[in-house]
Amino acid sequence: MGSDYIRYPIPRSSPRRDARNGLGTLRAMNIVVFVKFVPDPQGTPEMGPDHLLVRGAAGALDPGDGYGVEMALQLAEAGGGEVTAITMGPDEALAGVQRALAMGVHRGVVVTDPSLRGADALATARVLAAAARRSVFDLAIAGVESTDGYTGTVPVTVAELLDVASVTAVRRLEPDGDDFRVERQTEAGYDVLTCPRPAVVTVTAGANEPRYPSLKGIIQAKQKPLERLTLADLGLDAATVEPAQSITAVIEAPPKAGGDVVAADDAGIARLVELLAEAKVI
Amino acid sequence: MAVWVYAPMTPEGPHPAAFELVTKARSLGDEVGAVAFGPGADDGAEPLGAHGATTVYVSDDSVFTDHPGRPAAHVLRRLIDEHRPSLVLFPATYDARDVAGRLQALTGSTLMSNATDVLAIDRARTEIFGGTTIVDVALGGPAPHLVLVRPRSFAAEPAGGTVQVVVVDASVEDGLKGARVVERHAETAAGPKLEEAKVVVAGGRGLGGPEPFALLDSLASAIGGAAVGASRAAVDAGWVPYSYQIGQTGKSVKPDVYLAVGISGALQHIVGMKGSARIVAINKDAEAPILKMADLGLVGDLFDIVPKLTAAIASRKLAV
Repeated sequence: MGSDYIRYPIPRSSPRRDARNGLGTLRAMNIVVFVKFVPDPQGTPEMGPDHLLVRGAAGALDPGDGYGVEMALQLAEAGGGEVTAITMGPDEALAGVQRALAMGVHRGVVVTDPSLRGADALATARVLAAAARRSVFDLAIAGVESTDGYTGTVPVTVAELLDVASVTAVRRLEPDGDDFRVERQTEAGYDVLTCPRPAVVTVTAGANEPRYPSLKGIIQAKQKPLERLTLADLGLDAATVEPAQSITAVIEAPPKAGGDVVAADDAGIARLVELLAEAKVI
Repeated sequence: MAVWVYAPMTPEGPHPAAFELVTKARSLGDEVGAVAFGPGADDGAEPLGAHGATTVYVSDDSVFTDHPGRPAAHVLRRLIDEHRPSLVLFPATYDARDVAGRLQALTGSTLMSNATDVLAIDRARTEIFGGTTIVDVALGGPAPHLVLVRPRSFAAEPAGGTVQVVVVDASVEDGLKGARVVERHAETAAGPKLEEAKVVVAGGRGLGGPEPFALLDSLASAIGGAAVGASRAAVDAGWVPYSYQIGQTGKSVKPDVYLAVGISGALQHIVGMKGSARIVAINKDAEAPILKMADLGLVGDLFDIVPKLTAAIASRKLAV
């Protein structure tokens, strides 16, 4: 097994090339944001006959990605630097990058290839890692997990493929000399970590208030550099992204029978108390 | 055919879900290995063995807690190269997810998230679309298959038997250690643990702010032995800490009674509580999805209902 994994060395950015800004502590950073175009989060998800999620034009930038875009923009505004949004997906996925560009991201990259249909987490990570390593970056940001797939593993897999540090579930990040100071949500509360550059981090929902694109931003987005890449452009072949997972059976879960819905008057409250008593919890 | 379980260490010992996975692993392979890394791992070997692990690979090294994810993935990869298990199960916690995610880059083997059952060494089950659809997934590619399993998918059952403890070389070169923890902050609530409480009272967006959670605290203490939780919306808004969160990204609970207060019932949330024996919902919106799955739904203003309910429970307890 050990022989067939793929590793991508990544060039480290040189601290020398970074001009110091007026604050004296921040430096320009190149930041990558991984974004995903997901089916309308308010809609009802559907599975096609091929057992893949139906992905149509009705979709949006994953709401969980807005926080990462916002964090990248704030860091670039404070210290200078460039933010690149990278996505993988069908033609419609371009809309996710366009939203990020309209928010203020400087350039976009869309990887589209027929052989990526049904890509699993490892294939997705290989593609995103290959796209990210085309330029030197200090920080790559993603959401904790996508709203449609909830896999939650792609960003750390990308970090390992690129041989860089990572911190997941980040609610706060600031540059700290050559490192980052990062607050990470934990089951007990939160941890503070020191993370070397370059790094991949995942940002929790609620870490900030993602901005809405302004009219000016939407117009400017159309002029911004946007690259469309295929697998071949990334130097990958179809075998590298062949999914190792396939759905073999689909079962409709028996719907849970609803009970009574009643008005919250004294009789309703009395019924609730009775239910607690029947459950022997009071 | 060896099936392994990655057992994340907590200050109280191996994560409870590790015992569930070891129990399940007994039915999947003839050898059951467990891997426990971090301070306390030595002492964790015995209970893991008692649940059916035949071999436990341990290291007490603090590198695993000082540097989350990366050292564990590299040391685990060395063990896998040496012993070649067919399947490695991980509890779906943030920390274990980081280890598994790193590991799939190193082994090139496939990683499945959010499994609710493991059917064979090459097949697992998950629920999608908020639990309305169950899918079976075949796992291919190089061994070992890696599967992240939602906690509380199986019951933990002691098995007895003897366990072989193997102390693992934890050396990792500095360049592979990654981010380092410099401070830890606990924000854990008082009262019983969410996953263990017989009653869970959970609040959502309908509470409108952090203060109304005091109403839920009062209700929980009137019931007695109840824990207070929250939906992702309330946690994202910063009203209560992440340790309260119930749902896909938070904890899974299966109490005797689940009381959803001001929670609409997003798919994200339902995944974490639908296994509850009884579900009660209090919501001002008669169309809220949570009411469709509740055994009893009360439609009205929670700021009116919750204090009345608390008083009614307290007076019933006095009367009995």
